[in-house]
Amino acid sequence: MLSFFKKPRFRGGVHAEEHKTATAALPIADNFPLPKKLYIPLQQHVGKPAEPLIMVGEKVLKGQLLAYSQGLISAPVHAPSSGVIVDVNDYPAPHPSALPIRMIVLETDGKDEWVKTQTVDDPFQLNPEEISLRVGAAGIVGLGGATFPTAVKLNMGRENHVDTLIINGSECEPYLCCDDRLMQERAEQIIDGVRLMLHGMESEYAVVAIEDNKPQAYLAMLAAAEPYPTVSVIQIPTRYPMGWDRQLIGYVTGKEVPVGCRSSEVGVTIHNVGTAYAVHKAIRYGQPLLGRVVTVAGGAVKRPMNVEVPFGTLISELFEFCEVDKEQTARIIMGGPMMGDSLPHVGLPTVKATSGILALTQSELKNTDEQPCIRCASCVSVCPAGLRPLDMANNIRINQLDAAVDLGLKDCISCGCCSYICPSNIPLVQYFKYASGEVMARQQAQHKSEQTKRLIDARNARMERIAQQQREDELARIAAKAERERLKAEQEALV
Amino acid sequence: MMAHMKPSSGAHVGANNSVSHIMWQVMLALSPATAFGLLCFGWPALNLFVITVLSAVVFEAFCIRLKGRAAKPVIMDGSAVLTGWLLAMTLPPWAPWWIGVVGSGLAIILGKQVYGGLGQNLFNPAMLARVALLISFPIEMTTWANVSPLFFSHSPGLIESWHITFSGLDTIDASTGATTLGFIKTEFSQNRLLTDILKDYSGFRNFIGATRGSLGETSTLLLGLGGIWLIRRNIIQWQIPVSLLLTVMLLAGVFHAVDSEHYVSPLLHLNSGALMCVAFFIATDYVTSPNTPTGQLVFGAGCGLLIFVIRTWGAYPEGAGFAVLLMNSATPLIDHYIRPRIYGRDRKGKPLEIPKS
Repeated sequence: MLSFFKKPRFRGGVHAEEHKTATAALPIADNFPLPKKLYIPLQQHVGKPAEPLIMVGEKVLKGQLLAYSQGLISAPVHAPSSGVIVDVNDYPAPHPSALPIRMIVLETDGKDEWVKTQTVDDPFQLNPEEISLRVGAAGIVGLGGATFPTAVKLNMGRENHVDTLIINGSECEPYLCCDDRLMQERAEQIIDGVRLMLHGMESEYAVVAIEDNKPQAYLAMLAAAEPYPTVSVIQIPTRYPMGWDRQLIGYVTGKEVPVGCRSSEVGVTIHNVGTAYAVHKAIRYGQPLLGRVVTVAGGAVKRPMNVEVPFGTLISELFEFCEVDKEQTARIIMGGPMMGDSLPHVGLPTVKATSGILALTQSELKNTDEQPCIRCASCVSVCPAGLRPLDMANNIRINQLDAAVDLGLKDCISCGCCSYICPSNIPLVQYFKYASGEVMARQQAQHKSEQTKRLIDARNARMERIAQQQREDELARIAAKAERERLKAEQEALV
Repeated sequence: MMAHMKPSSGAHVGANNSVSHIMWQVMLALSPATAFGLLCFGWPALNLFVITVLSAVVFEAFCIRLKGRAAKPVIMDGSAVLTGWLLAMTLPPWAPWWIGVVGSGLAIILGKQVYGGLGQNLFNPAMLARVALLISFPIEMTTWANVSPLFFSHSPGLIESWHITFSGLDTIDASTGATTLGFIKTEFSQNRLLTDILKDYSGFRNFIGATRGSLGETSTLLLGLGGIWLIRRNIIQWQIPVSLLLTVMLLAGVFHAVDSEHYVSPLLHLNSGALMCVAFFIATDYVTSPNTPTGQLVFGAGCGLLIFVIRTWGAYPEGAGFAVLLMNSATPLIDHYIRPRIYGRDRKGKPLEIPKS
């Protein structure tokens, strides 16, 4: 806040049409019928996939550990309901490719019977490491969409002596309002989660930042945080991408995170409100992360709503519940319309990252009739990262990827502002994603060829060494033979 | 299961704008000044305007057909109409028909399509054409009609206007004269002083545009208002117009303060529609101007400096076209050196240091 006169507090960004009114006033629906089958991916987070520890045919209870976390950055997966494991196999992933990934298929028995959970009387008596441990064991990941394991972030915060915890309640993507509803309805639980996180990180204070288009959520959170001087609640301007962690950190603290660093290195950690709620449930009630609030919205949805669903619920069932018009659906999107992924079909499960599922009609979608770039530089002025998308795209179009990297391709956050604003409908983000993938593939190919070359060189050197050794041995043998013959001759001469 | 098309990245939704929308808004901003110009200079001006715009469209369609593409969608983006329109605005209002046709040909073919079409050109097409015409046909390009509004008895009627447009003026001296800046220039060469030269100058008439000059460039007021409207609509940014006008004003102010008999006052400079037109409509052309705010400030200041230099010491009193073309050629250089700072990096692109607290 001291930086007000130093530099603009918000760089770039757009104000997209919000489309939140359809769902923001409705309470979170909790009457979603328990699906018959849940398809639970082993990887719903950044890092290594979890490793299953159940057998097909095994009966499991709600909240029971199904797969344990593997390695430093990973998260476990729990049973969202009670039932029988019927399969552990590859099924289509909730990803634009819908390529198969490993999933546990749970056939629910309808009893929703809980495993014995571990509760605690006063969690603030636990030591901070214990908080991280329990959060990690509950399978909690960043629910804003990044799905980075929360326990790892808590640990980093503690190790770096972070003083400020920012709770991201901006929910800047259009259509989505699951966080808005969560804050309105469960403010006290969220604030409790925030305080538990503060305790887990040994940080001093927390700032809950909420965009000013959610006045009710703001008031609810303000009231809930009132008794606690360590937690403040502020309103921030409504502008996409306010929820980009770096943007929010800059806005709230005036700090800028250097490229290649984590925010905890400048003394700030940022978590989503949904994550705080999950932490509350995990620590207070010992309940692992089993489901989340998902916004189902879009022009093709007859009953748009925020609905609490267990992980592994197929989108087709969700769409049936919300009466989605299949004929009108032009595109299915997981997440928000700015950064979300388009999905090829609805036979895919909801996961920890699923903040929303949108069924958009043709008229809601951006026109894809691409025209030449007129260098209007709108993309330059909206880019929150300070890039020049038009020049990057021009270089990518003629396959000069190195030039694009020099212009800052790797600093692109794929926020979609440039694609959104472009009057020529150029799919800029698509270019950048393609180029990033291509650059990585090329680096890998180069790395591989270097590796191969190194191995060949090593082999040649080894063969050379062996040949040299053999030559030396041969010489030694000849020398020894000559010596023997000389000695023999000498002896014969003596005789 | 519903099956859905090829995967695509965000943003899935978009702002409600398009290339043609931008072009039409610029034309809308130009229309008051254009309408006023047409009113002031009557039927011959209307003939020239229509001929110039139409031939720009025809040349564009011809080039697109040569490329083997459908012409209609490209024409509909409005860029050729706008180029023709801007060119027509800068022509002497009673110029013969072939000036408009040759000008449009130069603008569309040499100024735009040889580079690869929309968005690819280095120079502003309209200015390129105007400068080429000025050098090639100096007489026709500096014959300025008197103000002779439509429907006035001494103004040319419809039939006469066809005669003027298609076979040229018979009585040039009776109905033409010099523009203010041109007049000052020639009178300076007669060693007269400014106070003497400007006896008959009316700031007000120049401001509203009832004066000799290019077809649509006489009205400071209407061009200025159109430009401000474009800024308000976020079609153009303020950087180029403001830095351009400020630079001209500052330079003119300094020289005028030093020698007010030989250097025109800053207000007279500003009060020329041509300067407004260049500042708001020509220099702000997206394609040929830098794409960062700082770059745009530099570009505008450069244009302002060159305009002042050419107007004051150059051979052409209406030197804005040259100034813009020269700065157009500097645009790639400006864009190369002036880049926005990338988040988390310093100006040179190195990652920032972690602050010590």
